[in-house]
Amino acid sequence: MFCVTLDAPDDFDGWRNAARNLALSKVPAQEVSWHVGASSGDLFGGAALPQVDPSASFAVPRPFVDLAQSAILHSDPERFALLYALLLHVRAGPGVVQDRADPLLRRVDMLAKAVRRDIHKMHAFVRFREIEAVDGAPARFVAWFEPDHHIVRANAGFFIRRFANMCWSILTPECSIHWDGNILREGPGAERGDAPAEDPVEDIWKGYYSAIFNPARLKVGAMMSEMPKKYWRNLPEASLIPDLIAGAQARESAMIAASPVPSKNIEAIPGARENWTELRAEAMTCTRCALHCTATQTVFGEGPADSRLMIVGEQPGDQEDLAGRPFVGPAGQVLNDALAKTEIDRSRTYLTNAVKHFKHELRGKRRIHQTPQTPEIEACRWWLGREIDAIRPPVILALGATAARAVLGKAVTIGKVRGAAIPLPTGQELWVTVHPSYLLRIPDAQKAEEERARFLDDLRLVRARLDGARLETV
Amino acid sequence: MAWLDTRQKLEILADAAKYDASCASSGTSKRSSTSGPKGGIGSTEGMGICHAYAPDGRCISLLKILLTNSCVFDCHYCINRKSSNVRRARFTPQEVVDLTLSFYRRNYIEGLFLSSGIIRSPDYTMEQVVEVARSLREDHDFRGYIHLKTIPDADPELIRQAGLHADRISINVELPTRAGLKRLAPEKDTDRIEGAMGSMQTEMIDNKDARKRYRHAPRFAPAGQSTQMIVGADDASDTAIVTRASGLYGNFGLRRVYYSAFSPIPSASAVLPLQRPPLIREHRLYQSDWLMRFYGYAAHEIADAADSVTGNLPLDIDPKLAWALKHRADFPVDVNRAPREKLLRVPGLGVKAVNAILQSRRFRTLRLSDVARLTASIVKIRPFLIASDWRPVMLADRADLRSLLAPKLRQLDLFGT
Repeated sequence: MFCVTLDAPDDFDGWRNAARNLALSKVPAQEVSWHVGASSGDLFGGAALPQVDPSASFAVPRPFVDLAQSAILHSDPERFALLYALLLHVRAGPGVVQDRADPLLRRVDMLAKAVRRDIHKMHAFVRFREIEAVDGAPARFVAWFEPDHHIVRANAGFFIRRFANMCWSILTPECSIHWDGNILREGPGAERGDAPAEDPVEDIWKGYYSAIFNPARLKVGAMMSEMPKKYWRNLPEASLIPDLIAGAQARESAMIAASPVPSKNIEAIPGARENWTELRAEAMTCTRCALHCTATQTVFGEGPADSRLMIVGEQPGDQEDLAGRPFVGPAGQVLNDALAKTEIDRSRTYLTNAVKHFKHELRGKRRIHQTPQTPEIEACRWWLGREIDAIRPPVILALGATAARAVLGKAVTIGKVRGAAIPLPTGQELWVTVHPSYLLRIPDAQKAEEERARFLDDLRLVRARLDGARLETV
Repeated sequence: MAWLDTRQKLEILADAAKYDASCASSGTSKRSSTSGPKGGIGSTEGMGICHAYAPDGRCISLLKILLTNSCVFDCHYCINRKSSNVRRARFTPQEVVDLTLSFYRRNYIEGLFLSSGIIRSPDYTMEQVVEVARSLREDHDFRGYIHLKTIPDADPELIRQAGLHADRISINVELPTRAGLKRLAPEKDTDRIEGAMGSMQTEMIDNKDARKRYRHAPRFAPAGQSTQMIVGADDASDTAIVTRASGLYGNFGLRRVYYSAFSPIPSASAVLPLQRPPLIREHRLYQSDWLMRFYGYAAHEIADAADSVTGNLPLDIDPKLAWALKHRADFPVDVNRAPREKLLRVPGLGVKAVNAILQSRRFRTLRLSDVARLTASIVKIRPFLIASDWRPVMLADRADLRSLLAPKLRQLDLFGT
């Protein structure tokens, strides 16, 4: 059994010399015990290190040296033995340093990783307090820090490069380092009380810390994983954290409560409106999806700007595409009849389509309607949104699934949602029913009649809603 | 007394700046105060340092403030818009310089992130912002990190000067769609914003070229340019956002696109939604951003992972897993043979793990336990992998694979803290 005593917990050179001797003498890893400082040695007494020719040496891959220099700073007492075992392993096969799945290498890798993290956290969490300049002596910046591993000496370079022209000291329980602008001195370990107790700038920093925090997005877990509690006692701003967290919910609710709430009743919403004429002109040149290539023209909505009802269809058909107006084809006829029967005035209603260009397929000389797909509906939703903004109708009636989807932004089943109002986030109401062209395509006469009746029922509900007062007096 | 005043102003102007997500201090040129002429302060070493974290989970790396929160613009999503009812304050350039240095000396920050509301004219505002950076660099030889937010309408010469002093320059595109910007920020214009980004990129390419020829050519924005999009203030889908981001990366060589989930602001405009989007949505967007930048995914592949109707990414599982579940035919992947690109597609394998696998398989045939040592959770990866002692036959074909891999729903604790 050999016993190696190193000068300091981060004594890489001592470890390297001893390890070189031991490895050259082919001492297996379990035959060595490692100690730091003037300890009394192994209980059973260690043999002196084997003597080897001082000029003898051997090469190891560079990545191993880098890894060992990091890992040796870890506070795990086993690190020296692990590194020596890894050294023997690497000598047996130099490829080991790159074989990341090797269990021993993996373990040492983990030590080095913990050390790198600690070093990084020290860069981040050291907080200097100023001792002001007094006659002749320059201002001095002193910090108290408690690292997990033996990283202080290894970290001095960072602070020198950063604060080369300041005088500073970093005090830790194990050792302290002092920089006077030219020379780095090392001192013994210190206590928290040795650092200044306060700095007036800390209050300003705390003010900044609480102001930059956004109470509407509390994510305590994310903070804790990067700034664990063990660091808090040396961070001046950490004393604010519990109060900030406790007050966050209330601050967010207050913001929401103070926001202007969209009007709940179904009167038209006051406020600046989009200019409909300009909007239409803009839409005429729309190229947001590929449909504009094959369609004749954009068929934009039409109707009075103060309409209280907006009817949204699916898309223009063959005749609408040529005429440039919505609902003038066969389905338009069905709608006109239905509106007349339910006493809804078409001339006081705004009519438009979810998709503004005619999507079709050429079959011989006929243009056959094709249902618009997601990309087209999504592209055109934007126009519909702005039309709704411009007209601000209290009630919207969507004909068919495409229209309902364009208004709501999600697919719905007509059978489930028809016959009841769906409140929109803007305070408006959406009603959904089938598209009139569906009524034209039902082969069974009896069923067609039933569906027509249901369609009329839906329209009556809308009219009743539009004219709530009159309904009640009837 | 003077300090008290500064503190109040700082609180107002930091509060106004917190909606900018960007806080990176990485990726710039290496500098230190030991090299070069004596007298300077500060260093940058490539890796960013986060000096503190706020309880919102965001890091505090830079002193992030506005020069002033008065603004002539009226963008609905912004707390500082003309019509908003917030307290206004204004720093002089000298105050910002002093504050930055006194924070920096105490190791609170990596540097300065300076933005500003627009007062008088874009040029005047930009001049003030540039003056802060100039004073820090020239009067105080500050070698830390400076991030300047530029104003697209300002004079190109002023923007060029900003680039000479700053490490990073950014211009926010604000909203993912042109229409959204028009609706919520009527005074801003997508073409002007993109024009400014384009000229910034040209300037950076010229500078790179100049530095190849002349060793002492001054550096121009060595940490590149970035931008930010607000998520959830308009109805743009994740697909639209990701596509836009990918266009920005491609067209303007951006270093980063930041996504900021719209959050309720004091004295909000009526046009805005009242409800904030779930924070996890922002997280999923960042994940897909990473997939595009480091994992070789194209924007249309992310779109593929999204829901085909809404165009939004699933919230319960990450986009990489969502993509893999839609492309079951591409899996399982053999860890001992597959090329890097294929391994990067395996949900649960990160870039580091893939590199380790590639290194390691030159020396050994990987078994499942070897892969397990290199990753966080082998159980989640297993269905997508073939190792020398593992072939997921039944598992890879299971119809309910998604439910096995998605995180378990958890009953919220009524009495938890």
